[in-house]
Amino acid sequence: MAYGQEPIAQPQRIDRYVGQYAERAVGMVASEIRALFAVAARPEIVSLAGGAPYVSALPLDAVGDMIGQLVTRQGASALQYCTAQGDAGLRERICDVMALEHIRAHPDEIVVTVGSQQALDLITRIFVDPGDVVLAEAPSYVGALGAFTAYQARVVHVTMDDDGLIPGALEEAIGRAGAAGRRPKFLYTVPNFHNPAGVTLAAGRRLRILDICRRAGLLVVEDNPYGLLGFDGEPMRALRADDAEGVVYLGSFSKTFAGGVRVGWALAPAAIRDKLVLAAESAVLCHPSLSQLAVREYLATQPWRQQIKTFRDIYAERRDATLNALATMMPPGCRWTRPAGGFYVWLTLPDGIDAKVMLPRALSSRVAYVPGTGFYADGTGGRHARLCYSLPEPDRIAEGIRRLASVIETEIEMRDDFGPAAGSGCAARP
Amino acid sequence: MSELDRVVVLAGGLSPEREVSLRSGYRVRDALDEAGIDAVLAEADSALLTSMRAVPPSAVFPAIHGASGEDGAIREVLGLLGVPYVGSVPSACQMAFDKPTAKAIASAAGLVTPSSVTLPREMFHDLGAAAVIDLIVAKLGLPLYVKPSRGGSALGAGPVHTAAQLPAAVLSCFGYGDTALIERLVCGTEVAVGVVDLGGGPQPLPAVEIVPGEGGYDYSARYTAGKTEFYVPARLPAGVAAAAASAALTAHTVLGLRDLSRTDLIVDEAGTPHFLEVNISPGMTETSTLPLALETAGHDFGATCIRLLELAAARGG
Repeated sequence: MAYGQEPIAQPQRIDRYVGQYAERAVGMVASEIRALFAVAARPEIVSLAGGAPYVSALPLDAVGDMIGQLVTRQGASALQYCTAQGDAGLRERICDVMALEHIRAHPDEIVVTVGSQQALDLITRIFVDPGDVVLAEAPSYVGALGAFTAYQARVVHVTMDDDGLIPGALEEAIGRAGAAGRRPKFLYTVPNFHNPAGVTLAAGRRLRILDICRRAGLLVVEDNPYGLLGFDGEPMRALRADDAEGVVYLGSFSKTFAGGVRVGWALAPAAIRDKLVLAAESAVLCHPSLSQLAVREYLATQPWRQQIKTFRDIYAERRDATLNALATMMPPGCRWTRPAGGFYVWLTLPDGIDAKVMLPRALSSRVAYVPGTGFYADGTGGRHARLCYSLPEPDRIAEGIRRLASVIETEIEMRDDFGPAAGSGCAARP
Repeated sequence: MSELDRVVVLAGGLSPEREVSLRSGYRVRDALDEAGIDAVLAEADSALLTSMRAVPPSAVFPAIHGASGEDGAIREVLGLLGVPYVGSVPSACQMAFDKPTAKAIASAAGLVTPSSVTLPREMFHDLGAAAVIDLIVAKLGLPLYVKPSRGGSALGAGPVHTAAQLPAAVLSCFGYGDTALIERLVCGTEVAVGVVDLGGGPQPLPAVEIVPGEGGYDYSARYTAGKTEFYVPARLPAGVAAAAASAALTAHTVLGLRDLSRTDLIVDEAGTPHFLEVNISPGMTETSTLPLALETAGHDFGATCIRLLELAAARGG
């Protein structure tokens, strides 16, 4: 066809269904940040970005033999559908795991899910109508915010400090919502080794938080994937251990065994559990039997408590490498949290530096992190970055932080050149 | 039946356009695969030279976007290896990839291009950013468009409507490169004109008119299916469409480009096409404009890729 011919009247939009998507899909678009993370996965980059567990520390031969035998000996059930509530034997084992955090539970109170991410989705699905308020820490886990956003929740952030969620701030947030005629549907909290902030809710605050929520009639969703990965002493007492009716507890084997098996769970009061089972049925019919039985066998036949200790030792060494490198190399004006477990350090950059704007330069310098804006529903958090130390070896961590420090120094120089107002999206930590 | 034994599609890279490049690369590979060509996707990494030496391909289809893919570097290496490849030679890539250089060459050839300045980061540092920014606004006026001097997919690029927005836009641009191209924003119809040479000399393809939604033709608008409307051919009077085609052909020719290119233009109210930039490794994704133009011109996508590879193989390495 030659140019200049009779134009076509109708535009081509590539996606013929563009006018038919639900309102909640409007925000599902290609993003620069996601594109940048495609680079972060390359081995040339020191990635302090994704929160992936170090599964290479697992006894892979033993796990492989175990899964092989599972299929050989129990294939008729491992390769078959199961119930939406999940395998009963696995649910019994989950009770043993939760007992480490002082939770007394019955297997019937548990719903197995595809990672705790699906539990988050199901909880939000059964509680949240568009526009409903959900309370979450500031910052909060990006996957939870994604689930809340998908159901068009209005997320109200509640301030934290180095001891986790601040009870007074929670009271204020509940009060403000009430004054506006809104009753929050639940409080979402990651009390242990917070993702992304790295802080832990102090023991002395836990009963206070539960009491505030009980008085307000506010359900607590306690998301605890890292609780057994503390570096010092015994695991913290779970919120659920002190309030069986007011807390839905979410657990996961992603960090204590393997993220790839995608097995998590929700421990919920009976009425909520029933709705979760029905919601799970409509979502997936039932959860993957093979994964569930693999985890059940792992807990029954492998030294899983010792394996958690192995993980803890590895992550503690990497945490130390991170903190040492930060202390040695970061330019003045940076500060960071000091996690006592889990995967994450929360870095606060000097005034006027935006971690999102800085990311492409960091990737050019071959280091990756997650900008803080992803952890705030309101788009603030630009001065922060999440650093994850779970995957790189200690010497790679040090190299990554050396590169990052150099990038920050360049950003400081540019801030001084252009003035702090030029940095977009910079907001003080709430 | 094609005489191509084995084809390597190079995609990925470490630039911010990695994801786009992989999508382009997979699309090319799948089209070749569907036509029965033995095609593999490869990264430009430490395994590449070994694998190419072990099994030399008939030809390479470079689909790496951004630096190293479009600045000529990877083609230099392919030349050292003696492996034939689709597309322009390194020296032409270097000129085309550097937007200010391409603008200067296009302007010298008589094309209209928005007035602009090109400034490295050090210049703002050494002379004082505020003073330099005042000077830019005084000289070029407003609105402006700021982009990295090298790179694509609108990464680090954006419009500036007030002087107060300019520092943030320049800073954002410097995230993707150390030199900023700041040009006068021309309002009008945005079109992309592909040029393809299937053996009979370079021919312009129908102009693709780009009508982005709110927010302009940014990264999200480029790669979210449905977010941008395309009109092919562009809704231009015949004479204006011919001028746009001629501009793309001129850019392709004076920059010494080979096989294929895509020139981005803005057609102003008077019908004058303004040269913005030229791409030597245009996007081949399902939301990219070159495949749309090929389809409209009656060229099968896979057959076009094969023809370009055959021509490359015939040229030799």
